[in-house]
Amino acid sequence: MTLLEQLASIHPDLHTREYWEYCAKRELRFQRCGGCGAFRFPPLTGCRECGATEAAWVAVSGRGRVFSYTIVHHPAIPDIVEDVPYAVVAIEFDDAPGVHLISNVLDVGVDEIAVGMELDLVWDEPSPGVVLPRFSKA
Amino acid sequence: MSLKDQCAIVGVGLTPYGKRGEFFETPQTDQIRGALHKALDESGLELSDIDGFSSYSVDGNDPGMLAPSLGIPNVNFSNMVFGGGGGGTCAAVANAAAGIHAGLAEAVMVYKIITQPPHARFGAAYGSKQIAANPYSDFHRPFGLISPVQFMAMLFRRHMHRFGTKPEHLAEVAVSTRTHAGRNPLALKREPLTIEEHQESRLIADPFRLFDCCQENDGGGVILVTSAERARDLAQKPVYIMAGAQGGSSQWGHGLTMQNQPDDLYASAGHKHLAERLYRMAGVSPDDVDVALLYDHFSGLVILQLEDYGFCKQGEGGPFVEDGGLLWQGGRLPVNTHGGNLSEVYLLGLTHIVEAVRQLRGRSSSQVDDAEIALVTAGPSNLPTSSLLLRR
Repeated sequence: MTLLEQLASIHPDLHTREYWEYCAKRELRFQRCGGCGAFRFPPLTGCRECGATEAAWVAVSGRGRVFSYTIVHHPAIPDIVEDVPYAVVAIEFDDAPGVHLISNVLDVGVDEIAVGMELDLVWDEPSPGVVLPRFSKA
Repeated sequence: MSLKDQCAIVGVGLTPYGKRGEFFETPQTDQIRGALHKALDESGLELSDIDGFSSYSVDGNDPGMLAPSLGIPNVNFSNMVFGGGGGGTCAAVANAAAGIHAGLAEAVMVYKIITQPPHARFGAAYGSKQIAANPYSDFHRPFGLISPVQFMAMLFRRHMHRFGTKPEHLAEVAVSTRTHAGRNPLALKREPLTIEEHQESRLIADPFRLFDCCQENDGGGVILVTSAERARDLAQKPVYIMAGAQGGSSQWGHGLTMQNQPDDLYASAGHKHLAERLYRMAGVSPDDVDVALLYDHFSGLVILQLEDYGFCKQGEGGPFVEDGGLLWQGGRLPVNTHGGNLSEVYLLGLTHIVEAVRQLRGRSSSQVDDAEIALVTAGPSNLPTSSLLLRR
């Protein structure tokens, strides 16, 4: 089993359940504050900018770009030695300013990853019922 | 009313430094007792003077068990700083001082012990079976972002992208820290390190290499805090607590694991808010700091803290560390003169406070001439994190 298969589980609670329900429907949505319009991610019950509790779940296009990244060379879990190196990226979106989504870029060599790389959303279901937003090079 | 100069560190005691897992079979209360008695012996305080406990990072030794085990007659104060990792070290000292200054206690022991089980390690973090996955780790764990070195590497990568900071700057931090460790008989890693050896070491989480990462050790210690008035009659020259700051900006929040800070905070160590409060309380500026003990879980975070604490502007941390910029002699600012977490020992930040005490007593193995004011920081991490200004 690969690393990403081993880690492919989610644990939704009262705060995060809606986000994952949208993911299950292949919709990437983030909370947008009803008070000041700021995006809120990860899901929280209030806005860090203005404190308002109202929020709408706004769909985004899924077009984003690499804000930062790391290439993991050392396996933090000993039995994933065959899975390194792999890349983890933080992604920013023009239609959801302030959100950094952590994800992976599929089917791209780690040497190709760079800040600013344009990405498109790809839904991935690594285990039944676990639907994760991953990305491909645009 | 502020805490400025109201309390002092009057004694410090450390356990022996052990390899990861070495003291797993030694009861932690025995380790704390050993460190406490070293601290009491040098301070001139008696066991019966201690009436308060202050700790951090979910230390498992609560006062209800510790007081009877150690033979402390009465408990008047007990306090635990939220959060794991090394973020709470300095807050634990400041809270002890706050309790004393408020009249809740007379003399407080700040303590922390780490013993790692042989089958697990800190660095595995969210990949280990010991730290359970939770609703918020769902936003990074399934994507393979599971370990502190990986979280921090992403912040530093952004700094490199925005400001042109180079891998060689990381090497400068690792090498100057090792140079100091080579002069410290207690340090665990004393063999010389060169820039080239650093650059040839294996990548852990790009851009961080092996020598950018702290050790993982067993051990701990006790720091004794009492009032400034009491301190003046004790055995050691008091080390006064000029200022303490804890917490941070809410825009940082769970920034380490969630990576959701605005850009300027992202390419930082998240300590700027603390720095402003700290300097204001102490009434000093970065120019007044003689030696800085900056939490170095990873070399790159030292560079980011230099910026947060105003020793240079944001983006200028790389050039600041060039050409031995952090060396105890001839550098721009002496940093981690004990060898830090990277090369002396990793005891969740306790040793940074202990080294500040050594410097201000004039007893460091890399003594800064006439050191009067020391800055100590706790680990950049999720909120709350913390820092101290100490003076002789």
